[in-house]
Amino acid sequence: MDYFLEIFWGGLTRGSIYALIALGYTMVYGILELINFAHGEIYMIGAFTALIVSTALAMAGMKGLTVFILASVLAVIYASAYGFTVEKIAYKPLRQAPRLSPLISAIGMSIFLQNYVLLAQTSDFLPFPGLIPEFTFMQPYAHIIGSTEMVIISTTALIMLLLTVFIKFTRMGKAMRATAQDRNMAMLVGIDINKVISSTFILGSALAAVGGVLIASHIGRINFYIGFIAGIKAFTAAVLGGIGSIPGAVLGGLVLGWTESFATGYVSSDYEDVFAFAFLVLILIFRPSGLVGRKTIQKV
Amino acid sequence: MLELSNVQTFYGNIKALGGVNIKISEGEIIALIGANGAGKTTTLMSISGIVPPRSGKIFFMGKPIHLLSPHEIVARGISQVPEGRRIFSQLTVKENLDMGAFLRKDKTGIKKDMEHVFSLFPVLHERRHQIGGTLSGGEQQMLAISRALMARPRLLLLDEPSLGLAPLIVKLIFQVIRKINQEDGATIFLVEQNANMALKVAHRGYVMDNGEITIQGTSEKLLHNEDVKKAYLGIVTAT
Repeated sequence: MDYFLEIFWGGLTRGSIYALIALGYTMVYGILELINFAHGEIYMIGAFTALIVSTALAMAGMKGLTVFILASVLAVIYASAYGFTVEKIAYKPLRQAPRLSPLISAIGMSIFLQNYVLLAQTSDFLPFPGLIPEFTFMQPYAHIIGSTEMVIISTTALIMLLLTVFIKFTRMGKAMRATAQDRNMAMLVGIDINKVISSTFILGSALAAVGGVLIASHIGRINFYIGFIAGIKAFTAAVLGGIGSIPGAVLGGLVLGWTESFATGYVSSDYEDVFAFAFLVLILIFRPSGLVGRKTIQKV
Repeated sequence: MLELSNVQTFYGNIKALGGVNIKISEGEIIALIGANGAGKTTTLMSISGIVPPRSGKIFFMGKPIHLLSPHEIVARGISQVPEGRRIFSQLTVKENLDMGAFLRKDKTGIKKDMEHVFSLFPVLHERRHQIGGTLSGGEQQMLAISRALMARPRLLLLDEPSLGLAPLIVKLIFQVIRKINQEDGATIFLVEQNANMALKVAHRGYVMDNGEITIQGTSEKLLHNEDVKKAYLGIVTAT
């Protein structure tokens, strides 16, 4: 039973991170119908920022939760600035172009950012400090769930709650929903869609950065390539749940996390990707619009 | 109040409007009639800035607006009820109305205007918590008009408000259009295929064909014009 629970919480942790990154894919897709392939790199840049900041703070003699919080905040700000700039440089000039053009631009941006970090930093794996301390009250459960995992799961849950409130009740949240439903009509009621699009990129990047910091301090090492792999997985999660749908991204992330975790725990870690992608293929065969995605009705 | 001067609009290389001139004075109801594909919707989309004109000028209240973005044009006081209603189908009726007042900050004024549109269309009040997509076609049209009114526009652009609706609903919609004009003082620019209905409510009209204005005049004059009768009113007079 303990073994099952350990795998369950491990899967939930993994799934939370996938969900955080998948939200960025799904929100951008909802508004622009664009797969932002550079999104994984934003997550990677978030992790690198946190590494640089926490190293600097550690040299200054600070430790504990303060370092974690400061590093996370700066990572969020820095990654958001990147997300905002990527949209302005790579996607905005192509707003009127055929849909394939911004897609290629996104892939280019992804390759560019990877190589930029490769050149500016290093190609080697860098050790990432365990920023999240071990809580003593978690000790009795340590064989099932670690402190870091607990922090990842609860932080993600809190962020999802805040995001839901933001989307449902704030002015910008409502503008985002309206723009996702009908962009031209949103313009006709006076919504500045450039602002909405920029806000979406900033918000998605912030979530990815949080994911980056959390997972890096869980796994303990990063390099320039982590964004690509995490990006592919999170994109899979978004498609699994139904791309464009916010609850879908969360559900897709969790389902993917559990699939991988149980495949690793009960079969073999060699097969985790096989199970994850086989599951995606099955979902796409029987529910092409994803787990909770709506069927799009083509009006004649 | 609104003046289009030699407006030319293109979709890619295809010319949709070939030099349109229209003048609307404050307080008028103006009808724009014409066949499918004549450029009526494009005219409205050019005014609203969704498809900006490639050349020519558009003035509103004496100031040029053809270089502004759509949200700035709404802020100047031009609202549009587009063809096919286009309500936000996953928002509730009330949220749809809130979106109409997106640029306004005066909470009490918004509340008052919401009560006003509920008095125009009581059925919307009954359905205020219902999701927009579940309304009937007629109710959606009422919601689309109400949403535009929530911006308290000085000029209201209406694109085919009678399209696909039952005759009784069409009558109600046109009554409300007249009421908005007379009681709220909004100027109305109405695009219609239902030329007969449109010219009965409008003061003046323009006839559009192939991206150009071919005939214009008072509604009375247009209703008796032989070409208009033949092409748009379905009346063939023996010659």
